[in-house]
Amino acid sequence: MAAPSAAGPSAPAGVARPPPPRPGGARAWLRASLFGSPSSAAATLLLLAGLAWLLPRALDWLLFRAVFRADYEACRALEYTGACWGFVAEKHRLVLFGRYPWGEHWRPLLATLILVATLALSGHPRAWRRGLLAVWAVALAAFVLLMRGGVLGLSRVESGSWGGLPLTIILTVVAMAASLPLGIGLALGRRSRLPLLRAVSTLYIELVRGVPLITVLFVASFLFPLLLPAGLRLDALGRVALGMTLFQAAYMAEVVRAGLQALPRGQGEAAAALGLSTWQAQRRVILPQALLLVIPNFVNSLLSTFLDTSLVTVVSIYDLTGALRLALGDPLWRNFFLEGYLFVAAIYFTCCLAMSRYSRWLEGRLSSGRRR
Amino acid sequence: MKRGRLSWSTRSGRALAWQAALLLLLVLCGWALASHAAGSLAERQIRTGFGFLGQRAGFDIGEGPVPYGPADSYLRAFAAGLANTLRVSLLGILLATPLGALVGLGRLSRNLLLRGLCGAWVEVLRNVPLVIQLFAWYLAITELLPEAASPLLLAPHVFLSKGGLQLPLPALAGGLSLELPEVTAFGVQGGLSLTPEFLALLAGLTTATSASIAEVVRAGVLAVPRGQAEAALALGLSRRQLVRKVLLPQALRVIVPPLTSQYLNLTKNSSLAVAIGYPDVVSIANTAINQSGQALECILLIMAVYLTVNLCTALLMNLYNRRVALVER
Repeated sequence: MAAPSAAGPSAPAGVARPPPPRPGGARAWLRASLFGSPSSAAATLLLLAGLAWLLPRALDWLLFRAVFRADYEACRALEYTGACWGFVAEKHRLVLFGRYPWGEHWRPLLATLILVATLALSGHPRAWRRGLLAVWAVALAAFVLLMRGGVLGLSRVESGSWGGLPLTIILTVVAMAASLPLGIGLALGRRSRLPLLRAVSTLYIELVRGVPLITVLFVASFLFPLLLPAGLRLDALGRVALGMTLFQAAYMAEVVRAGLQALPRGQGEAAAALGLSTWQAQRRVILPQALLLVIPNFVNSLLSTFLDTSLVTVVSIYDLTGALRLALGDPLWRNFFLEGYLFVAAIYFTCCLAMSRYSRWLEGRLSSGRRR
Repeated sequence: MKRGRLSWSTRSGRALAWQAALLLLLVLCGWALASHAAGSLAERQIRTGFGFLGQRAGFDIGEGPVPYGPADSYLRAFAAGLANTLRVSLLGILLATPLGALVGLGRLSRNLLLRGLCGAWVEVLRNVPLVIQLFAWYLAITELLPEAASPLLLAPHVFLSKGGLQLPLPALAGGLSLELPEVTAFGVQGGLSLTPEFLALLAGLTTATSASIAEVVRAGVLAVPRGQAEAALALGLSRRQLVRKVLLPQALRVIVPPLTSQYLNLTKNSSLAVAIGYPDVVSIANTAINQSGQALECILLIMAVYLTVNLCTALLMNLYNRRVALVER
């Protein structure tokens, strides 16, 4: 290729030309990303016009005209020109803790904080040691102790009165934790040499993945009482937790299977060549590596389980969503449903955003370790 | 080597023994559950079997393409529910696909504002539970819209109000004509009427699935290596040709399989209709369980329905996938 002259075709030598626009710089970047082409500029103007119309109105409604006190008359006087955050001020305890006895709300609050703190603690790869399991056992025991009471001078509160955020979180945690071993078993079963085991595992996974969660919850609330013998009879919360676990196990199995498939064949062959038995190879060589590969996927299923728990409201368990509907049952405040939904949606959104950001961070950290 | 020798010392012998043990365990568990269930059903005096399907159901279903009245049987009620499920799922898929594609491409736009807006759309819809979205849509339609007697006029002869959406209905009465809805003192009458429950479910499913589809489309487009576009431009293809002949075929290959699972998700999520009272197959089953007490049969029916619908969708999409898949020598 012939080297083109550095100067333009008709630039006489010696004449000073204006310097070319410098690449970079915030203004140039903004210009390129907002007015890069005529169509882009048109889109920008259109969107800016839309935002200019919407933003003042939204802010007016959300903040400037809103009532923040739990004052019903003031909220009525707004006539919907502003948000009534008074609903949240009035009902936030009902939304967060459901029908838990009012005077004992410190217990679900403390129990939730313990679980959230344990979750946050388990987030860092440095915490992934054997001791973490013990920490979790202690945290779960503390949760149940605080919520149920009946000892240490705490009054007893049956699980039928639990509700709100602690219920959402404990359902998520239990479904995730209990479905992991089941999922590992199913994933190994699906890849087993034994045709019967393979068929049973595959059938279970595909069957459960083919039906909506609601049907599984129906099975849990309508069929478990019929199927389980009296000695194994669970309360409504236990049944729903079991149903969610069985549902989640099928999805977990697919996550684990992805990890098993991603592992090079040579790992298993090397383990066999070293004389390890099938179980030793699985326990010491294959599973630890396969599970490490799919840890970001675990966080994603944690996220979807967290969102899925909102379905239990259909079978009359008052999780965060159900407790909000409980709060909206008050005919006085019912008209301020929009504020209530925004409040609860904000809670879900914040938790999920934190989890998905964490998942991305973790993926980067783990894969950078692998590249080294 | 002697194959199939029944001994613990051979691999095949051990496999056979393990499977026999598994079979025994399954049969035992199944037998225990079945006998216990039979006992508790008899104790509660609940009949078993699908005989109840022929009986008069006695409840009413508000809407749907299958006409249904309180005098009809449970079987017809389930058929009406299935038709409602299919109606909302199909329409949802048809609306969510182009919306999702637009949002997904918008996230790849060079325009900062558009990119941000599409990103916010995806993040918000994916991180708030669908149940909450459905309740919010439903309440927004039934509380915030004007009364049925003074509806919003969206387009000529298209009315939106607390009573739902009314559209002109093409009728075949003496040649092709349109049956037009009219505003009366009791609300809008005539034409094609869509209930608030249907609208809320459709809107919720469409927007939520569009966010997931947007992610699928974005990933598909990003999966085409940059060099492909550069090579096509270097060969002198126009932008239109570039998109149609080079980018789209390669992106579709990546997009179609996850898109299929999004369609299946939408169909499964339509079961959340029970939360807002749209009479889909799950709501009908829920009512039937409460009325007849035959939970086992009703749940088996919904499972069969969903498995069949999923299988059919997967089959269709696999056929399509075969068309777009890479043809290797």
